[in-house]
Amino acid sequence: MVKNAKVQIKDLNLWYKDNHALKSINLEFKPNTITAIVGPSGCGKSTFLRSINRMNELIDNTITSGKIIIDNKNIYDDDVDEVAVRKRIGMVFQQPNPFPKSIYDNVSYAPMKHGITTKGIECDDLVEQSLKRSALWEEVKNKLRDPGTSLSGGQQQRLCIARTIAVSPDIILMDEPTSALDPISTEKIESLMLELKKDYTIIIVTHNMQQAARVSDYTAFFDQGEMIEFGKTDTIFINPKEKRTEDYITGRFG
Amino acid sequence: MKKSENPFYDLSLKKRHAKTKRFKLFTYSSLLFSLAFLLFFIVDIGIKAFPALNQAYVYIDVTYSEKSMRSPRAAIDRKYKKIVSRAYLREIPKHIEQNPSLLYTTVKKWVLADDQVDQYLKGHYSKLKAKDKVFVDELKKSEILQLKFNKTFFSNGDSKVPEFAGILSSMIGTILTLIVTMLFAFPIGVMTAIYLEEFSKDNLKTQIIEININNLAAIPSILFGLLGLAIFINTFGMPRSSALVGGLTLALMTLPIIIVSSRAALRGVPNSIRQAGFAVGLTKVQVVAGHVLPLAFPGIMTGSIIGLAQALGETAPLIIIGMIAFIPDNPTSILDAATVLPAQIFTWAGMPERAYIEKTAAAIMVLLSILILLNSTAIYLRKKYEVKW
Repeated sequence: MVKNAKVQIKDLNLWYKDNHALKSINLEFKPNTITAIVGPSGCGKSTFLRSINRMNELIDNTITSGKIIIDNKNIYDDDVDEVAVRKRIGMVFQQPNPFPKSIYDNVSYAPMKHGITTKGIECDDLVEQSLKRSALWEEVKNKLRDPGTSLSGGQQQRLCIARTIAVSPDIILMDEPTSALDPISTEKIESLMLELKKDYTIIIVTHNMQQAARVSDYTAFFDQGEMIEFGKTDTIFINPKEKRTEDYITGRFG
Repeated sequence: MKKSENPFYDLSLKKRHAKTKRFKLFTYSSLLFSLAFLLFFIVDIGIKAFPALNQAYVYIDVTYSEKSMRSPRAAIDRKYKKIVSRAYLREIPKHIEQNPSLLYTTVKKWVLADDQVDQYLKGHYSKLKAKDKVFVDELKKSEILQLKFNKTFFSNGDSKVPEFAGILSSMIGTILTLIVTMLFAFPIGVMTAIYLEEFSKDNLKTQIIEININNLAAIPSILFGLLGLAIFINTFGMPRSSALVGGLTLALMTLPIIIVSSRAALRGVPNSIRQAGFAVGLTKVQVVAGHVLPLAFPGIMTGSIIGLAQALGETAPLIIIGMIAFIPDNPTSILDAATVLPAQIFTWAGMPERAYIEKTAAAIMVLLSILILLNSTAIYLRKKYEVKW
């Protein structure tokens, strides 16, 4: 399948109490690509995404088995701290969720806590770079002290991306990042994703088939906790192997 | 337009609207009813408390001599014997001790009058004899006897002589007690709430704890007094009647209120904020202290102030641990014997002298004012620091 993979998922299983939410998933993600994960609601795609940065552990009674190997290290090994994993693997959520702090603090808070930067010019630089990379700088450069929540939905989402970039991760996970946004904001985020692809590996969960077709290099189709089909986006959309994939993509179910 | 031509005409509507109107009237009259009670209570207490603002004083010569040090009655003219307050006379030797230059002088000044004189001037029942009443009327006419602002009420502690009794010592006792209460209940309550909301897993153990916290909030307060008596006084040997024991006992009582309201405030912080924090690799402490607590703080403060207000009005547990004692002097530390405002009200309400009625009502007004002040602070804090998004 994919050569020199950045992320390798090996036989990943996940249970919420008695609910077998992910069934033996095997997948690989290549560096500097965008992989879209599509599938009907409740198929486990968000759960899968959250298992890559170990966010599922915040929910009581979840059991994970299998391996997720990033840079030749299984992130579920005992000697791996989930906080360190989450620093390397950023995440953007469905609803924009800026901290109720200023725009500046939203970006600088985590890097300061990680010791990446200290107060001063260095920090100002980091904030500026992060906001420029998330294509928000021009809109907010004169109001960095305003609360992050005062921005529009699309701007808030780009602020969340800037916040994620600021801790310099390798991988960015996006959980339906545009489903709460209007088409113009969506377009901005999508072009931003194509720009960010040069430096990061991006995995995006989406309900929007056109979006998956527009931005992703690879697509994985999930259904009922199983990974049904994975391949180049063009192949999946034009010539899927599985009947279920075809039915879903053409809108016959889901 | 005729009814038949109106396409929106509905025969049943008139009846249904009438029902709505009646229902609204019921709810509104319930509101009026409860307001009427409150108003009646406040007006009644207010009318009773109002005379306590003033107190009778008499303008006479006070002679400071060696004789008056031994027998203070010698300091004033014999004819004013029944007019001047006994408690004031008793203080005369103390005045000389504090200020020796007073000795061998005679000063004409306003002197506190006896409570019977005071009550007679205010038109209340008085035990004064008829000839004394005539004398008082004379003094009043010549303006030697007047009602003046009652400083004593705010500058004195309790006294068995009504005109000499004030709320200062019980106010200080109340403040000391509440400081102890907050110092213990606030950090312990907030920390408990943080543990239960942010760290503990939802299992049988935490559910049992939760039920017990809610039970604790419903326990009759007098039982907390027994608990305080058993633990703090009998087991740890802390001084009886002290603000320390009272404060700790009230802290036990306030704890569940603070825990429950803090938990509600923490639960009100949207989970997306926590997720955002974890997703950029923050630890639990950084997420809770940096993002969750600041958002929950207005709610926590509001709950704590309301808990404090409740502790302020609490009497029953303090009676058990002896804070109902007669305290004429101001407590200087939390180890001194002290009493609190509601206990003072309780004591005065049981006094036989007529003059205590207005004192009781005035103390109630002071207590109510503090309560209103505390509760409005709580509302103000909530409105001011509430984060909206």
